[in-house]
Amino acid sequence: MLLKKRAREEAEIPSSSLADIAFLLLIFFLVTTTIDVDTGIGLVLPPPPEPDQEPPPIKERNLLKILVNSQGLILLDDQPVVIQEVKDKVKEFIKNPTNDPDLSENPLKAIVSLKTDRQTPYKIYIDMLDELVGAYDELWEEAAQTRFGKTFERLNDAEVIVVKKEMYPKKLSEAEPDKGN
Amino acid sequence: MSGKFKKKTKAKQEIPTTAMPDIVFMLLIFFMVTTVLREVTLLVKVDFTKAENIQKIDQKRLVTYIYIGPERLSGNRYGDTKVQIDDQMITDIPAIRNIMYDKLIEQPKLIVSLRIDLKSEMGLVTDIKEELRKAGTLRINYSTKREL
Repeated sequence: MLLKKRAREEAEIPSSSLADIAFLLLIFFLVTTTIDVDTGIGLVLPPPPEPDQEPPPIKERNLLKILVNSQGLILLDDQPVVIQEVKDKVKEFIKNPTNDPDLSENPLKAIVSLKTDRQTPYKIYIDMLDELVGAYDELWEEAAQTRFGKTFERLNDAEVIVVKKEMYPKKLSEAEPDKGN
Repeated sequence: MSGKFKKKTKAKQEIPTTAMPDIVFMLLIFFMVTTVLREVTLLVKVDFTKAENIQKIDQKRLVTYIYIGPERLSGNRYGDTKVQIDDQMITDIPAIRNIMYDKLIEQPKLIVSLRIDLKSEMGLVTDIKEELRKAGTLRINYSTKREL
């Protein structure tokens, strides 16, 4: 009789502390999570050249050469400029609204080449790259407004491809840096 | 009348807590999913540059970091510019190619985030970029903070 009574006793796992355990884990993950997102300038590098590959022929007028020396002085197609002017000069070169024979034939052929010295500080290079990326961002924004009548952010994927590939393709070329003196 | 009011005050005024573990678990799962536990101890000092035209990297899981900056020495001093990948110092620049190639095999959509100290020289950065090109890790991102 006594044995039978014992067998009927319910065997439950105490679950009152479940919430406590969950809270503990929650606090751990709350503390270890980093919410801050990575930001930066994204680029896609060109694949390494084939050993016997000749560089493609480029017309002189389609190439905008930007040289930055170790002091941060800028030469833009052999003209000394300050960094604040770079963005407008680059946009003018790509669009060439007045059909200047020294500037690019059309935006599809325009190539911007950035060359630094080996001693150039990274900060100056990033400032320069920021201006170039900014120039293309502004061109894309203009193109989105005139072609589609919307802001660039509101374009759908197909329209983004039209703007980025068929109107103003981003062609940045980074030359090997000079040895410097 | 007054009796009626008194009766009401006797009603139970407890917040039901039976659903609390469910809520807590939901939050827990959210944070578990969003947490990236991989963190490295920095052996080099990196002061970020600032830029205006920047993008966010949404998929943190695709990212590998390369740190470039002056080496931290004992007693708050800094040495020469060094390269760090994961927890290792890289002394041999061409070795980066193999390291990055192995990472690319593991994660074909790899993004390399370059965290470079603002005073570093472009010569070293270019050498590393050449190695990345040879390794085939072509998507890179120069880590910068937003300029205010």
